Amino acid sequence: MGPFALTKWEATLSNYPIFLEGLGTTLIAAVAGLVLALMLGIIFGVLSTASSKITRGLSRVYVEFFQNTPLLIQVFLLFNALPLIAPKAVIPVVVVGILGVGFYHGAYISEVVRAGIQSIHRGQLEAALSQGFTYVQAMRHIIIPQAMRVVLPPLTNQAVSLIKNTSVLAVIAGGDLMYRGDSYAGNMGNYGPTYIIVGLLYFLLCYPLAFAAKKLEDKQEVS
Amino acid sequence: MFNWISPDIIALLTDPVVYQALLRGLGVTLEIAVITIGLSFVFGVLLGIFRFSKVPVFSQIATAYIEFIRNIPLLLLMLTCYFVAGLPSAAAAILGLSMYTSAIIAEVVRGGLNSIPTGQWEAARSQGFNYVQIMRHVVLPQAVVKMIPPIVSQFVTVIKDSSFAMAIGAFELMYEGTILAGQYWKATQIITIYVLIALTYFVINFLLSHLSRKLQTKLSAGRGTIGQ
Repeated sequence: MGPFALTKWEATLSNYPIFLEGLGTTLIAAVAGLVLALMLGIIFGVLSTASSKITRGLSRVYVEFFQNTPLLIQVFLLFNALPLIAPKAVIPVVVVGILGVGFYHGAYISEVVRAGIQSIHRGQLEAALSQGFTYVQAMRHIIIPQAMRVVLPPLTNQAVSLIKNTSVLAVIAGGDLMYRGDSYAGNMGNYGPTYIIVGLLYFLLCYPLAFAAKKLEDKQEVS
Repeated sequence: MFNWISPDIIALLTDPVVYQALLRGLGVTLEIAVITIGLSFVFGVLLGIFRFSKVPVFSQIATAYIEFIRNIPLLLLMLTCYFVAGLPSAAAAILGLSMYTSAIIAEVVRGGLNSIPTGQWEAARSQGFNYVQIMRHVVLPQAVVKMIPPIVSQFVTVIKDSSFAMAIGAFELMYEGTILAGQYWKATQIITIYVLIALTYFVINFLLSHLSRKLQTKLSAGRGTIGQ
C-alpha cells in the first residue's frame, strides 16, 4: 500500500478532531506569542534608540543572543530552567512554547521597530522635545504613529514566521498542530495524508498574512 | 539561590568527552549547513530567474512553489522527507532545509535582478545580446554582488534551523548535545550543557552576522568593486 492510498486518506480525514484540537493550540500559542513578542519588540526597539548607552547595550545583548542562537535551544533552556526558577509552579508545555517564540521573535521585532524609529527624521524628536513633550510622549504621539507605516510589512512577515515557529512545540510534546498530526501519523502510519493536511492548515493560517505583507510593501513602494 | 559552581559542574566542564560530543555535533551542523546553502543557491537562482521571467508558466510554477514553501513550517518539510520519502535522517534534513531555503534565496535573487535598471537590458539588447547572454554577462554578475550579504545572513538562519533536524534524529549539534545532557541527572548540569550548546551556536552565528553586515556596508559603498 502506497503512502497516499485512498484508505489512508479516509482514515486520516475521519480523525479530523485531532487536527482541529492541534490547530486550536497552535492558534493560542501564536496569538499569545505574538502579543509577548510585540511587547518585548517595542520595549527593546525603543530602548535601542534611546540616548543612554546602558539601555542601548541592554537591547543589543537581547537582540544578539536571541537572533544568533536557535529557537530550539532557547526553548530547551527554558524547559529545563523554569522548574529551577519556579519550583512549585506547574507550567504547561504550551507556555514554554509561548515564552520561546515570544522572546525569539521579540528580538526580530525589536530590530524592525528600531529601523522604523530611525526612519523618522531626528528633527521631529527634537521639535517635540522643545515643545515640552517628554521622551515617552514624543515617542507615543509623534514618532511611533509615523514609524508604524514603515514597520507594518516586516512586522506582518514576523507574524508569519512566528506562526510557523510555534511548530517547535512538536519537539517538546506541546500538543500543537504539528505534534498532534505527527503523533497521529506515527500511530497509524498515515504520514502522507496527515502531512498534506497539516501543511495545508499551516498554509491557510500563514498565506493571508504573507499576502497582506506583500500588498503593504507594494503600497509603500508606490508612495 | 543554588550553588552553581559545584564540583558537579566543574567535573562536567573539565570532561573532554563533553567537548568532543559538541565538536562532533558542530561538524555535522556545519556540513548540513554548507551543503544546504550550496544546493539552495543553485536551486534558488533557477527559481528566482523563473519567477522573474516573463514566461507565464515558468513564473507561475516558481511563484506557487515559493509561496507554498514559505508558508509552511520547516519542520514539516523535514518530517515529510524523513517519513514519507523515507530518506536517511541527515539527507532528509538537508533536503528539507534546501527546499525551504531555496524559496527564500529565490526571493533574494528576484530582488537582486529587479535592482538592475531596465536601461541595462535595453542597452544590452541593442548591442545584439539575447536573453540568456544578458543574464549571463550583464545582469547576473551585478545582481550576485547584491545577493551576497543576504545569503551570508541566510547562512546564519540555516545553521539555526538545522537544529530542527534533531526531531528526525540527525546527529547535529542540538541532538548530540541533547544526548549528552541525557547522561546527566542534575538540573544544573543539564542546563550547563544547554548553555554550552547555545554558546557554540552563538559564536559561529555572531561572527557570520557580523560578516554579513560588513559586506553590506562594503558592497553598498564601493559599487562594483567586488567580483568584477
